[in-house]
Amino acid sequence: MAVTKAGEPVAARAEEIWKVYGSGEARVVALRGVSAEFGRGRFTAIMGPSGSGKSTLMHCLAGLDTIDKGTVHVGGTEVSRLGDKALTRLRRDRIGFIFQQFNLLPTLSAAENIRLPLDIAGRKANPQWWDTVIATVGLADRLGHRPSQLSGGQQQRVACARALMGRPDVIFADEPTGNLDSRSGAEVLSFLRSSVREHGQTIVMVTHDPVAASYADRVVFLADGSIVDELADPTADTVLDTMKRLDTPDVPAAPVML
Amino acid sequence: MIRATLKSLLARKLRLVLSGLAVILGVMFVSGALVLTDTLNRTFDSIFADAYASTDVSVAAKPKVEISEMDGEEVAATLPASVVRTVQTQPGVRSATGRVDADGARVIGADGKVLTSFGPPRMGSNWTGTDEIMQMRSGRGPETPGEIAMNAATAELAGYRVGDQVPVLTQQPKRVFTLVGIWGYTGGRDSVSGVQEVAFTTPVAQELMLGAKDVFTSVTVQTADGVSPEEVRDRLAPLLGDGYQVRTGEQLAADSAAGLKEGISFFNQILLGFAGVALFVGIFLILNTFSIVVAQRTRELALLRAMGASRGQVINSVLVEAVIVGLLAAVLGLAAGIGAGAGLGALFSSMGGGMDLAPIGVPLSAVISAFTVGVLVTVVAAVLPALRASRISPIAAMQDVATPDRPLTGITVVGSLVTAAGAAALGAGLFVASGDSVLWLILGGVLVTFIGVALLTPLISRPVVSLLGRLFAWSVPGRLGRLNSGRNPRRTAITAAALMVGIALVTGVTVVMDSAKASLKSEVASVLKAQILINGDQDTAQAPTFDPAILTRTEAIPGVRAAAGMHTDMAKVGADVSYVVATPDLSRLAEAYGTTAATLTPGQLAVSDTEATERGWQTGARVPVQTSRGEPRTYTVAAIYPENSLPGRIILPAAAIPGFGATGPVMGFVRLDDGVAVSAVLPQIKTLLADSPEFSAIDQQTFVDEQAAQFDQIIMMIQILLGLAILIAVLGVVNTLALSVLERTRELGLLRAIGLGRAQTMRMITVEAVVIAVFGALLGVVVGAGMGSAVTRALENDGITQLVLPWTRMATYLALAALVGIFAAVLPAIRAARLNILNAIAHD
Repeated sequence: MAVTKAGEPVAARAEEIWKVYGSGEARVVALRGVSAEFGRGRFTAIMGPSGSGKSTLMHCLAGLDTIDKGTVHVGGTEVSRLGDKALTRLRRDRIGFIFQQFNLLPTLSAAENIRLPLDIAGRKANPQWWDTVIATVGLADRLGHRPSQLSGGQQQRVACARALMGRPDVIFADEPTGNLDSRSGAEVLSFLRSSVREHGQTIVMVTHDPVAASYADRVVFLADGSIVDELADPTADTVLDTMKRLDTPDVPAAPVML
Repeated sequence: MIRATLKSLLARKLRLVLSGLAVILGVMFVSGALVLTDTLNRTFDSIFADAYASTDVSVAAKPKVEISEMDGEEVAATLPASVVRTVQTQPGVRSATGRVDADGARVIGADGKVLTSFGPPRMGSNWTGTDEIMQMRSGRGPETPGEIAMNAATAELAGYRVGDQVPVLTQQPKRVFTLVGIWGYTGGRDSVSGVQEVAFTTPVAQELMLGAKDVFTSVTVQTADGVSPEEVRDRLAPLLGDGYQVRTGEQLAADSAAGLKEGISFFNQILLGFAGVALFVGIFLILNTFSIVVAQRTRELALLRAMGASRGQVINSVLVEAVIVGLLAAVLGLAAGIGAGAGLGALFSSMGGGMDLAPIGVPLSAVISAFTVGVLVTVVAAVLPALRASRISPIAAMQDVATPDRPLTGITVVGSLVTAAGAAALGAGLFVASGDSVLWLILGGVLVTFIGVALLTPLISRPVVSLLGRLFAWSVPGRLGRLNSGRNPRRTAITAAALMVGIALVTGVTVVMDSAKASLKSEVASVLKAQILINGDQDTAQAPTFDPAILTRTEAIPGVRAAAGMHTDMAKVGADVSYVVATPDLSRLAEAYGTTAATLTPGQLAVSDTEATERGWQTGARVPVQTSRGEPRTYTVAAIYPENSLPGRIILPAAAIPGFGATGPVMGFVRLDDGVAVSAVLPQIKTLLADSPEFSAIDQQTFVDEQAAQFDQIIMMIQILLGLAILIAVLGVVNTLALSVLERTRELGLLRAIGLGRAQTMRMITVEAVVIAVFGALLGVVVGAGMGSAVTRALENDGITQLVLPWTRMATYLALAALVGIFAAVLPAIRAARLNILNAIAHD
């Protein structure tokens, strides 16, 4: 098992990754040699202004997008070398996803949605773990409902339960609270944090909301395709301060055209 | 508003192309039929104008029985030689030539096989020298009774040269002639549009082709210099009286062409009928596409409404889109139709043995109907979606697009009423009404029933689709596909209903045909006792005949109990033209067939009980009959026999046979003594038939199978023609799936993100397609079986006594539908599997 410099086991690692979109005049460098490690059992937030490359970083880590240079590992597997079949299997078995919106299949009930990745893989849920997850997300009485019969917060909790159910190496969450009111958002975030604290789940979350980031154990700041700062045990205030500092004129906020 | 419409139309090109295809195919059928008819009509005009170019005036006896083109070949009446002499002596007549021209001179080729012909006649004529368009290629005309000449096309087909011995079949048994000449036509042609022609000396032609001495079929007149054909015609007509037709060459050409045109117009109607089915199915497809388009544009339309567009403007924006699609489809369909018409024309011409096709033209009627049909059908189909679009509230622009699950109560009630009305019309047409209204009631009933069932389909789709889907529930992609197909019951229903129409029509026809086949088999098995039948080739317009002496010789074979021949004619019986049968001795025929009957005296006829009831005849009734060539005569009904216990429905005595168009027997029945094996006699009869290569002796089972095969041919034809309607329905499935994939882009992205493989994604789409297709086929099979059964019941009095449901065929249709579903899913599935996950998730 790979370990971080600090000696912790690593769940996902990016080494010197580059991502370039377009060519010629329209060439945009989204990631310029980013290296980062995400410790096992840790809740990491990736922050940065729009266009800083934070979503791209997450997509590359999760095998949803390809990189132009460098390597990405999830667990012991080098993601950047896998073909579509192996990537599909990796996503199915070792990665969980929570998206900002449209997270559920409207034709399936909440329970079926939660079970879907396991079903696709042809695996059975561990009954104990099932009960634990359902109890944690507080959806026991909503399992038979269709997504259209659930509130936005409930839907996102179903999506969280789905991501957790397969006990993946990492859960990637892309602005999971972006579409929720602050109360539902807080519920989802506490739930994510408790799954890390109590069950040792690894979560990498992209957000632009300092309050959401404050639920994480560590915040990584991206600007212009590079990691520019890092914060351990953040609070909403420290995150906000860091962001204000990064926003000063000597650090360009928009990606540079090359 | 128009600009907004055009922009949104362009943005959804592909989708509209798919629905437009249905209109294109329908328009293609309509305009193709019209182009073909136009071309063939002009072809016939030019052929006959050419054939009668050297005829100034023609004199012919009026046919004794006038038969429409559909009922068979009219038998030309004959005129005595004295008429030729009378015409010859009239002023203004330069020459008058007695002509013998009759179909039915069958040359046996060098390979021993009879030359066949699909369409053009095989003429036997008297040699009267070459005319303006004929050119001698080699040799000379026949001068002695043992000599013949033939046109180059016939000589080439048969493989003969001048000097060869040529066997020819006519009304008389086979005779062998010496070929002394071969002629061609101007322009290097071997024939005039594929007609095979053999010329005998005049007395031989009269004997072989007309069965009488000193008679002709027509007199060809050439007028003296400076005398117009009309002048001569007007002089001859009063002189010869009512029994004769005197026409100028131009009139003759026009009349001859008109007969063929009548046949073509029937063919034309069949094509137009199938165009109607195709367009009917197309309406479902277009309705569906526009509904989906409106659903997808809900936000856009609501925004327009919020900005102040009126309901009328919204309706217009959808209808304008429909008009544009209709116009484009009409243009493309017309082009395709011209191509199809040209192709069919070429096919006709090559099947007709090298008919010289007139250049392809596009009649105005084809253009007008293409645009009318194309635009009308599209707009009619778009009306409902347009109305729905106008009911979108402006608020929808601000909300997330939700497709509310509207209740199905209204549509179900309407559907039940419409179905009931359709079934009632169908029932009335089949069992109650009579006369002209029958056909309309049946057609209308079928159409209305289809619409009714289509309206009921959304309700039926829920339980049936979920049941069908369970077949695939063993895998996750299967389950997802099943759920997707049940997701929008209306859309699934319309897609399936389109498939239903074609399958239902095919199934219905299959039920009727299979029932007829089974009825025929059981009828023959229970009635026909003749173990061996002498049967001729059925593939030419004129049924061949054989030498009656063969039957006498057959009866002499040890073990043969009775052998009798059947002669047939189209005769005027009372006021109607009917198919009549005659035999030299009815008691022999009855014996051979398997029943008993007394010999008919010259003034008597026998009639089947069904025919007697229909005509209201009792024993002793007096019936006037005019056969093709005989004198009119009144017969007394002497016997009424059970339908099917003897061949035919009206049987005339031996004395009527010489007045028939063809005097030889067309079929023979041979019954053996008890205990004699068929195999002991059959080879001997075959030997007797050596000189009649068109006839074969077959056992009863083979005969029944051959007859039954005709029903299979009809089924096959219907399947091919309705295949087009089914093809359009398949386009509908493709369309629906493609739109579903588009609509669910984000969902697909999500599924792929959480680990659904490409192959699994494709399987999911395929299951959805298969479920929809099988559902449609199931509906079609059920509705078709119902309609077919109703028709079969209604035909009980016409001899279809058995009701057979073709389970194997119906199962085949279902299996084919599953295949069709897989096929329809290919492109949408590939598209779904290729989606870029990130783009898909971000898709709006």
